Amino acid sequence: MFPILEAKWLAPKVRWITVAAPRVATKHLPGHFVIVRVSEHGERIPLTIADSDSASGTITLVVQVLGATTQQLCALKEGQAILDVVGPLGKATEMKNFGHVVLVGGGVGTAVIHPQAKALKNCGNYVSAVIGGRSQSYVILESELRSICDAVYPCTDDGSYGYHGFVTGKLGELIADQQQPVHAVITAGPVPMMRAIANLTREHHLHTIASLNPIMVDGTGMCGGCRVTIAGQTQFACVDGPEFDAHQVDFTELADRLSAYRPQEQLSWQQLQNLNHECRLNQLK
Amino acid sequence: MKPAERMKILRQHMPEQDAEQRSHNFEEVNYGLAGTAASMEAQRCLRCKQAKCIEGCPVGVDIPGFVEALAEDDLKKAADILLDANVLPAVTGRVCPQETQCEVQCIRGGKSEPLAIGYLERFVADWARENYQQKFTPPPPSGKRIAVVGAGPAGLTCAGELAKRGHAVTIYEALHRPGGVLLYGIPEFRLPKAIVDQEVNNLRKMGVQIICNVVIGATYTISDLLTAEGFQAVFIANGAGLPVFQGIPGEQLKGVYSANEYLTRVNLMGAFRFPDCDTPVIKSTQVAVVGGGNVAMDSVRTARRLGADPATLIYRRSRQEMPARVEEVKHAEEEGIVLELLCNPIEILGTTDGWVRGVRCQRMALGEPDASGRRRPEPIPGSEFEIPCQVFIEAIGTRANPLLTQSTPELNLNKWGNIVIDENNMTSMPGVFAGGDIVRGAATVILAMGDGKNSALSIHQFLSNK
Ligand SMILES: Cc1cc2nc3c(=O)[nH]c(=O)nc-3n(C[C@H](O)[C@H](O)[C@H](O)COP(=O)(O)OP(=O)(O)OC[C@H]3O[C@@H](n4cnc5c(N)ncnc54)[C@H](O)[C@@H]3O)c2cc1C
Ligand SMILES: Cc1cc2nc3c(=O)[nH]c(=O)nc-3n(C[C@H](O)[C@H](O)[C@H](O)COP(=O)(O)OP(=O)(O)OC[C@H]3O[C@@H](n4cnc5c(N)ncnc54)[C@H](O)[C@@H]3O)c2cc1C
Ligand code: SF4
Ligand code: FES
Repeated sequence: MFPILEAKWLAPKVRWITVAAPRVATKHLPGHFVIVRVSEHGERIPLTIADSDSASGTITLVVQVLGATTQQLCALKEGQAILDVVGPLGKATEMKNFGHVVLVGGGVGTAVIHPQAKALKNCGNYVSAVIGGRSQSYVILESELRSICDAVYPCTDDGSYGYHGFVTGKLGELIADQQQPVHAVITAGPVPMMRAIANLTREHHLHTIASLNPIMVDGTGMCGGCRVTIAGQTQFACVDGPEFDAHQVDFTELADRLSAYRPQEQLSWQQLQNLNHECRLNQLK
Repeated sequence: MKPAERMKILRQHMPEQDAEQRSHNFEEVNYGLAGTAASMEAQRCLRCKQAKCIEGCPVGVDIPGFVEALAEDDLKKAADILLDANVLPAVTGRVCPQETQCEVQCIRGGKSEPLAIGYLERFVADWARENYQQKFTPPPPSGKRIAVVGAGPAGLTCAGELAKRGHAVTIYEALHRPGGVLLYGIPEFRLPKAIVDQEVNNLRKMGVQIICNVVIGATYTISDLLTAEGFQAVFIANGAGLPVFQGIPGEQLKGVYSANEYLTRVNLMGAFRFPDCDTPVIKSTQVAVVGGGNVAMDSVRTARRLGADPATLIYRRSRQEMPARVEEVKHAEEEGIVLELLCNPIEILGTTDGWVRGVRCQRMALGEPDASGRRRPEPIPGSEFEIPCQVFIEAIGTRANPLLTQSTPELNLNKWGNIVIDENNMTSMPGVFAGGDIVRGAATVILAMGDGKNSALSIHQFLSNK
């Protein structure tokens, strides 16, 4: 069991969970993820390590409620525990001095870029972060990133805060800015966003890394369920990635494979809602 | 009883769950012999002076010895003899390919049918599971600590043997439950998971510590174990779990699985009980599986139980060359599995929205023998045809997973990525031993156990000399 030391809402349906996992914390590098299981009959799901502290032996997860497992996870409170946490998994982000790196995070993808920002800064980069959300309340980790990055650009789809528009629009502006030329882009977020970023930076021949999020089971290269196509070759995202050259990724295929279990996921979700509803009714009795 | 009388007794049949009924559930297929049948079968053994069957067993079980004890109704003695050589007899009695190991050596085989060694082993082991706890007096602690990587049959056996010698053993397992392939690969209907859990608990009772959710190569490296974690020796038994894909067009379609993924979802994660278990698996009316080994059989029979009709097995050679246990092929056919022999998939066909709709195959003919001694299958020109299916499972083999070895460049590997060991099971790193599938490539449970045992003896030697 992995005890939760802190759990709070960062945005609607986005939870910050700090959990004691000393072995993982010691080995964590930016780009790593863990696989967690919440309950005895639960699914194994991958989550990026958003932050770690080897001194206190903790890691932080930033989790968005999407379906049954993430809902159960986000219902956990301080003092409760996560059943299984295994990691750190995946290859760490390539760290070097690129010059000016722009990190683009959409939604919980911002959790992926947070540890990268720290490490890239330590390598001597000029680091900008472009972080997007539907509206102001969905922009997460802004103050954390401000304390690390040279510049942070929040963007909202509805214009309620920061740049009005998609993160691609803001990135386009940064690329066009001759004062501070961009040398590399690292992106994490929803597939359509990463695809749009890749299309934009391809035109500018800008080195771009995308953090992919296919469906996983074991996270150790044992099942092949996480396979993605990179430059026409099959790769296992959990061990060969999850970060790849964005210009070589087959995003259409990734998006398609992510939809493989939609009907079952809806069933799980429905079952959990019924269960929660029953619990609440029982409490009223 | 005179040998002539023994010769007259016919081989006992294994009572089985009705084929039609069992093709819809996950309960065990074989019920196990009844007591009277087991005694009767035990009388069939001719008590050969130089029992060939023992030579056929990779761990040298004293087969005539335990069979005689069983015939004399001394089950305790039978259990002791069995457990002396084989710590997981309830497992091997169910999954060993007896027809190519011990039973093929039995001299009765020439004239009639060989002694049903597997059935008897299972009988004694099951009796012992319920009625008998071997005495275990913990030896004085040696003060030595050993780390075992992987809780499959090789790792579990090694841990048990080391604990018997007073060493403190910690097993690190990557998954959330110990058992290895016994747990995530071999299905419940062939090997109930309760048996695996019981064996694991016995180890815990012997003082073996099992820590799950630790991936060696990620959470710790081998060097970490030998330095910061303070172990004096390490046994690597992480199996050969990397799935191989055929590399044919269409493998990215939804509904294509490696056997590892399919079986892991169903066995380890319990997808056959979805939505009560949260992990889904795609169910479809038509499922095709490619491969001819136990893994392919387990996949196709699992698909059948999840409702596939037909569930088709595609294999490029003929029945004779199938590496699967004979019993599995027989059971599969009884359950209504369709065998497409001398047939090879060349393309997976998809719908416009990315789902599998079938597989294009080619008929094969057997040509000259190849390097493996088996006749090489060659495609028959113009023989292409389609098998409709919505789920397609590839069970054509697994290789060594490089996760651990990549993080440990000091380990010598062969060209397939398997760890190279010396005659004492030691790797190129002093104090680091290896065994099971990571050394042999995909092999068998009993060979993995044999490696675990031999390695334990070598480790014991190594630590005693230190
Ligand atoms: C390397 C990696 C890092 C990730 N990091 C984060 C993170 O930091 N924070 C976060 O909120 N989410 C992260 N995700 C996504 C997260 O794993 C999914 O949102 C989660 O699995 C959904 O599970 P569910 O049961 O709640 O929802 P479901 O209803 O089961 O699924 C919702 C959607 O999530 C995807 N999904 C479902 N099961 C899995 C699975 N086993 N593995 C991967 N994706 C799945 C599918 O696209 C599905 O349609 C990451 C995914 C990957 C691969
Ligand atoms: C579906 C299937 C059916 C089979 N049927 C039969 C049969 O009927 N009869 C038979 O004799 N054989 C059968 N086999 C083969 C047999 O199961 C294997 O040969 C045997 O399990 C090998 O044992 P092992 O201990 O070497 O490895 P495994 O059983 O593979 O165990 C390795 C363990 O190590 C863990 N691990 C892997 N990497 C790491 C790491 N980096 N850190 C920590 N832990 C790690 C794994 O999770 C696993 O638990 C079958 C195999 C499969 C897949
Ligand atoms: S362990 Fe396997 S080979 Fe040895 S006697 Fe038992 S069934 Fe036969
Ligand atoms: S998640 Fe199983 S191989 Fe990547």
